[in-house]
Amino acid sequence: MTTPLALPFPADTTPGGFLLVLAILVPIIGILLIWTLGSRRTELVALTTLAIGAAIALAILTELTGTGSAVIYLVGGWRPPLGLALRADGLSVVLIVLTAIVIGAVGIFAKGQFGYDPDAPEKRAPTVFWTLLLGISGALNLIFLGDDLFNLFVAIELVTFTAVPLVCLDGKAETMRAALRYLLFALLGSVMYLLGVALIYSGYGTLDIALLKSVARVEPLLFIAIALMTVGLLAKTALFPLHIWLPAAHAGAPAAASAVLSALVVKGSFFIILRLWFDILPAEATGLGAQMLAGLGALAILFGSVIAICQARLKLLIAYSTVAQIGYLFLMFPLATGSEATPAFASIAWTGGILQLASHAFAKAAMFLAAGLVYDAFGHDRISGLAGAGRVIPITFIAFGLGGMSLMGLPPSGGFSAKWLMLNASVGEGQWWWAAVILCGGLLAAGYVFRVLVPAMARPLARIKVKGPVSRRRELVALALAIMALLIGFVPLEPAPLLGIGRGAEAGLLVPGGLAP
Amino acid sequence: MTETAFFDTLLVVTMIGLAIWMIVVRDVFAAIIGFMAFGLLLSLVWLRIEAPDVGLTEIAVGGGATGVMLLRARGLASAGDAMNAVPSVPFRVLVGVLAGAVALFLGALVVFPPAVAPTLAPLAAEHLASTGVGNPITAVLMAYRAFDTFLETVVVLLALIGVWSLTPDGAWGARPRVASADVPAPLLLLAQWLVPLGIVIGIYITWVGADEPGGKFQGATILAAMWMLVMMAGLRSAPALSSRRLRIALVVGPAIFIAIGVSGFHFAGAFLAYPDGLAKPLILAIEAGLLISIAAMLGMLLAGPPLEGDRP
Amino acid sequence: MTGATFDTATLYGLCGAALVGIGLFGLVLDPKPIRKILAFNLVGAGVFLVFGVIARRGAAAGFGGDPVPQALVITGIVVAFSATALAVTLVQRLSSAATDAGQPGQAASVPPKGETGTPGQGDAAS
Repeated sequence: MTTPLALPFPADTTPGGFLLVLAILVPIIGILLIWTLGSRRTELVALTTLAIGAAIALAILTELTGTGSAVIYLVGGWRPPLGLALRADGLSVVLIVLTAIVIGAVGIFAKGQFGYDPDAPEKRAPTVFWTLLLGISGALNLIFLGDDLFNLFVAIELVTFTAVPLVCLDGKAETMRAALRYLLFALLGSVMYLLGVALIYSGYGTLDIALLKSVARVEPLLFIAIALMTVGLLAKTALFPLHIWLPAAHAGAPAAASAVLSALVVKGSFFIILRLWFDILPAEATGLGAQMLAGLGALAILFGSVIAICQARLKLLIAYSTVAQIGYLFLMFPLATGSEATPAFASIAWTGGILQLASHAFAKAAMFLAAGLVYDAFGHDRISGLAGAGRVIPITFIAFGLGGMSLMGLPPSGGFSAKWLMLNASVGEGQWWWAAVILCGGLLAAGYVFRVLVPAMARPLARIKVKGPVSRRRELVALALAIMALLIGFVPLEPAPLLGIGRGAEAGLLVPGGLAP
Repeated sequence: MTETAFFDTLLVVTMIGLAIWMIVVRDVFAAIIGFMAFGLLLSLVWLRIEAPDVGLTEIAVGGGATGVMLLRARGLASAGDAMNAVPSVPFRVLVGVLAGAVALFLGALVVFPPAVAPTLAPLAAEHLASTGVGNPITAVLMAYRAFDTFLETVVVLLALIGVWSLTPDGAWGARPRVASADVPAPLLLLAQWLVPLGIVIGIYITWVGADEPGGKFQGATILAAMWMLVMMAGLRSAPALSSRRLRIALVVGPAIFIAIGVSGFHFAGAFLAYPDGLAKPLILAIEAGLLISIAAMLGMLLAGPPLEGDRP
Repeated sequence: MTGATFDTATLYGLCGAALVGIGLFGLVLDPKPIRKILAFNLVGAGVFLVFGVIARRGAAAGFGGDPVPQALVITGIVVAFSATALAVTLVQRLSSAATDAGQPGQAASVPPKGETGTPGQGDAAS
């Protein structure tokens, strides 16, 4: 009988490891400052914190590419299984940089919004918004860096408590109802996840992902635990049919918040699912489950897109599009199959999936911000009332259109590269049915994007009523995000080496460069 | 059947019965009272499975504070504001089967555990001396996994900010109204006599938590409950959201935690590491700060957001 | 895997499993939000209990239970309380907003004052 106790974590803190602590700590310090310094400095503190956060994200990226191995920090010097480790590999760094860019852009967009006035007494909406924006950035960083399943539980709760109040920032009954529904789904997800964590501990005596990878066995306990955790996280990721909370919540939030919720927050719980399936489950154990996840993903693509086409309001259309685009992420599970020679993360489907995640984040953030500007300009977001709107605020609609191009998968765009790689993977793996879904999803996306764009750019029959001016700065932020979605389409159409850093035993999952156990 | 086995079985049957009753009973108030009774029984269970620290937390937070919180919403929620329509029969059956399946799988895993139960107890014991505390749970919460504990206080703070975010715009910065219009005499008496005692107990529980069952979460909940009692009896009004003293009380714990954690980079070689020999005093310093902050957070969570402005 | 074990811990573990099942049923099916919150706390109690039984089975080194899962449960209970507080406040505010909008309901226990728009509202809605 072998001892069931996991081996001690075989790596030490790496030289740049402290950056990982800072990535989580700095936003929290920002929150504490906002709540003690008073409203005069709220925006200044928040934007400075976001800028420092972006610098830290870049520093982690530099450190990772410089050493070519994972960045690790043992918190308090305690080694797992007793202590907690933070760990950044290529995948986590991509997400951290993505988060820093999108939240930073949203911060620039939101400056001066919510009636913020440094000289007036503290107001509810701006104080709460900036606090929660910082909270989300810290919580997402923790999700991307945490290596301990319970630490990740705390992280997903942090995300819940920051995301839910953002939904009902306007204080209306309608959005509060959406927020409550979101909260109940999220809490259901949390308890299911925690139950899985308990079972994992009962089997292996550790919650550290790197250690679990080496001790996890193909057995009922592991399957039940991972199944419970996955279902819980699916409720938070809003994969069909657990998506029903998402449209009202994402469409009801203020535009700046919707952008963060749709672009990033749902990706946080998805990231944990990825880690469970590819970093803990033994590769031979994923077959049927992977097909089921992708099957739900395919239904999400078709269902979400069709409902999106039927929407009367722009923000709801964009929200249903999120339901569809999340579906693509789950095609990774059966397509990114590993083998002895090439691990899963070295497959084109893996790179395609992560490209989909990133390009959707940029495109969706751009589109939600554009929808917010439409609201500013015309006082409503009814699609039927937007004929000719593109001639009044062309930059906004160019941003919307470029984002939409990425969703459709037209070249050149990140969405194109992502879908092209996944299409090739499904042909290469002999699973042609996913290819059919990808193509069909692209056509449907074209349907809902052009439904908005074509009348908006056409010469209107009657002059459209303009309610107020639109800030040029905000238009440019939306455009910049849309251009990012475009630019990442220029990565080579092959497995990205960055995503391989720090993954797999030979790439240094357990033995980082120069620090043998 | 031995006496203890009889007691255990009775406890389990009662709890499951209460749980089912809570789900089926029509009256929300009855369900909430049932939940509070359930919380009391659950804390007994924690004693039976040798987890007195958890039992204390359960009785203070899980049953007590949560019950009070639910009671606050009871009257308002009775009007109904149904989240979903009454589900169809096939859906009920489906959910019943799924929930049953989860319970069944769990039960099977409980009855057929791994041959050797993995445990970190020996490892926790081995390093206990270096943390300077005698209670291994405090060592886990304040040393081995101190990062979790730090983040947890941030979770509670953000939950409070979330609760406050629901303040109507005109009431931002105002005092939550806790006291009822006419305070019943027994409540007043209770507040005057119990509160000093409760404060002493709360601080004591935190203080002994280093070596005996107890700790800041349990202590802070008792302090928060006493504070609530004082506010309900109208002896003191709740602080305004904009109050600087309240804001400082809320952040002092996390701030001390960060300060000591960050100084660990320099003095002990890692974030949240303690220099040799200084572990216990530093842990006590953090716990003192956390006691204040968590008591303030829990108290304000119980008080809820202000619903009307008191500023001109 | 070995054969079945049955001791005090097992009994309470089964109790936890039953609580999870009962709570999940109520959480998904009960239409009233306040009862969903109650059911969420039942599921939580069940999960914590299962965790506690795992801790009890890990008793070693002179401790009555493995302190690591016990500490995790303490953290979990506090987090669940915070979640309950947020959910309850949402229900409470929704309820008063419904009264505000003139919907038939209970006696207004909270005078809905100062609810109407202030500067910044319009911006927040965009």
